[in-house]
Amino acid sequence: MTAAPQINPLRKYVREDRMPHFFCPGCGCGQVLSSFLRGVDALGLDIDKMTAVAGVGCTARIPVYIKMDTLHGVHGRTLAWATGIKLHSPDTKVVVFAGDGDAVSIGGNHFIHAARRNLDVLMIVVNNFNFAMTGGQVAPMTPPGSVTMTTPYGSGEPPFDLCALAVAAGATYVARTATSRIPQMDLAIEKGLKHSGFGVVEVLSQCPTHFGRYALGSASPAKLLDWIEGICVSRERANSMTSEQIEGKLLTGEFVHKSRPIFKGSTFIQESPSDKESAFIEGCPDKKGECRP
Amino acid sequence: MGQEGAAKEKAAKENRVLTGVHFMQGNYAVVEGALAAGCNFFAGYPITPANEISEGMSKRLPAVGGVFLQGEDELCSINAVAGASLAGAKAMTATASAGYDYFQEGLEYGVAVEAPMVIVDVQRCRGENFATQADIMQVHWGPAGDHEMVVLAPSSVQELFDFTVRAFNLAEEYRTPVIVLSETTIALMRERLVIPEEDKIPVVNRRWTSKTPETYLPFEAEEWGVPDFAGLGRGYHTIYSINPHDEKGSIEWDPDVFQRLYTRIPAKISKHREKISTVQHYRMDDAKTALVAYGSEVRPCLDAMTMLREGGKKVGVLKLDVPWPFPEEAVSDLGKRMDLVVTVEMNTGKYAGEIERACSGRCRTGRVTKNRGLIHSPEEILEALECMGEVS
Ligand SMILES: Cc1ncc(C[n+]2csc(CCOP(=O)(O)OP(=O)(O)O)c2C)c(N)n1
Ligand code: SF4
Ligand SMILES: [Mg+2]
Repeated sequence: MTAAPQINPLRKYVREDRMPHFFCPGCGCGQVLSSFLRGVDALGLDIDKMTAVAGVGCTARIPVYIKMDTLHGVHGRTLAWATGIKLHSPDTKVVVFAGDGDAVSIGGNHFIHAARRNLDVLMIVVNNFNFAMTGGQVAPMTPPGSVTMTTPYGSGEPPFDLCALAVAAGATYVARTATSRIPQMDLAIEKGLKHSGFGVVEVLSQCPTHFGRYALGSASPAKLLDWIEGICVSRERANSMTSEQIEGKLLTGEFVHKSRPIFKGSTFIQESPSDKESAFIEGCPDKKGECRP
Repeated sequence: MGQEGAAKEKAAKENRVLTGVHFMQGNYAVVEGALAAGCNFFAGYPITPANEISEGMSKRLPAVGGVFLQGEDELCSINAVAGASLAGAKAMTATASAGYDYFQEGLEYGVAVEAPMVIVDVQRCRGENFATQADIMQVHWGPAGDHEMVVLAPSSVQELFDFTVRAFNLAEEYRTPVIVLSETTIALMRERLVIPEEDKIPVVNRRWTSKTPETYLPFEAEEWGVPDFAGLGRGYHTIYSINPHDEKGSIEWDPDVFQRLYTRIPAKISKHREKISTVQHYRMDDAKTALVAYGSEVRPCLDAMTMLREGGKKVGVLKLDVPWPFPEEAVSDLGKRMDLVVTVEMNTGKYAGEIERACSGRCRTGRVTKNRGLIHSPEEILEALECMGEVS
């Protein structure tokens, strides 16, 4: 007797009629998709009550393959949509899927303001170090000197540290992880899903088709994963390293995990004592009650 | 909406509808119209001469259980409105011309996913808060892609209230963005405003699907029709994508899908044009000369008409409540009946081209246009008519 075929338990979340998906072989987007579904499943979240928000780009196609309400197709406005959804319907859990370009190039202003406000959404940023869908142009997190489609002589653009930016702007859960470290990626996304407030999980991911070929001269996903591993240093390990050793590396792990009142609107009538509590703005926490929202 | 919703209801401290006779500024009339229509979400970014709309909303909306957001820019405002709308809100934003530029992207999305949204554009001159009607083409043709925009052009404070109510109703009925095209003139003017009793104000609400998630197709509609709505977080698994999508909402690269979608979206509005694009006739029964205007320019036209009528001239006014979709029938009818059709506009002459096209050479046409930060005076209109020669 043959055993019944094993079916991936996450298949129930997937729009099977949309298969095959459009990601290139070896792309990290599929790994992020699975990691997200593992998180939803492990936490027993009701995906029916959740909404995914995605802009444009390869990353933005991730939720299109999930049986889930999804907004899709405008570059960089994910957090603006999410703000509207969350303010009107605070019980809807919102997860944003954004590429590096979507999140902090065209969407940079929304990013810092969503962090400042502590908008109650999780933003998963797939950082593949380039604008992938448009063919591999330089992006805000492209490593200096990299050859891309639009930096044939090497990139002269200094990169953002996305996590430092998120922390400085006020995000309340911030972690960096990589598709080369699946258990850590799963943990970061799961924690992000549990968090209430503005969470940012930056996933360093491989785009073999464009970043791999332009910057590393190889379309091998394995080579790209090795390269990502090579630039990752955990925060703990970094403690015992010299600044020269850390130069050019990206720290992984959690940068902040704290609680702060979540955003409910630019002004609101304070009713209950708990509302009052949440009405003072960070920046003057000592003078509770004196600050107006 | 659970606890949050209950808390908001409790916070409802004021009446939504301020029934009674008021002496009110135009921008505040927009606020009251929106509330009377059921608006419960507003996002805006500071800009003169639209600021009183944000100011009014920030005070009134939380007091009736709604949400006020001051976006970090207009891109936030318009897209937050789109997001809130898909979550089920009756949502509005307001700006003045320079801010309206930024709305195109959110409007393109609203058109594509058929999100009811209300947008107020208080037209102003480039960089300054003087009167103009120069956005008349942009409010229709601004966003990329095939679409038919619904644009209402009030002429008074009363109409700012009435048309804002109507804008919300049209947005719900046709699942589309609707523009209230205001102007510095009426937005900052104070006039008598009568707000009817609440039950006398017609309000159209979201048409939620009665189908189950198993049988529901989010973009299925009759020919020229409007799909029913499922919204977010209710288990319908809808993709609201700007990309070409089939009735299921799936992104499809099939020319037939493109054609079906890109035909239905404009047609659901243009095929109902006669119902949407109302006009008002003033002394048109025996008129041989028609002044055609929209927005605040209707006012000096009516004065000019009265003055000419006193001199025995057979002049009437055609007031276009809704410049877009273009009131084709009403205007082409002028071509058949009039000797002279004159468009009066506060810009260098934009909409006049449409009027002349619809009259299609069957009568004489003329334009009275200026863009000097000022509305026309009746005398200026009379003078211009004199230059056009014989007015019977
Ligand atoms: C307003 C606008 N500008 C530009 C584009 C073209 N565009 C499509 S995807 C994309 C960038 C994608 O880069 P990223 O956000 O990093 O996502 P990735 O494809 O790398 O996952 C751009 C610029 C667009 N669709 N809309
Ligand atoms: S272009 Fe790059 S990011 Fe896009 S699907 Fe291919 S490998 Fe993935
Ligand atoms: Mg990218």
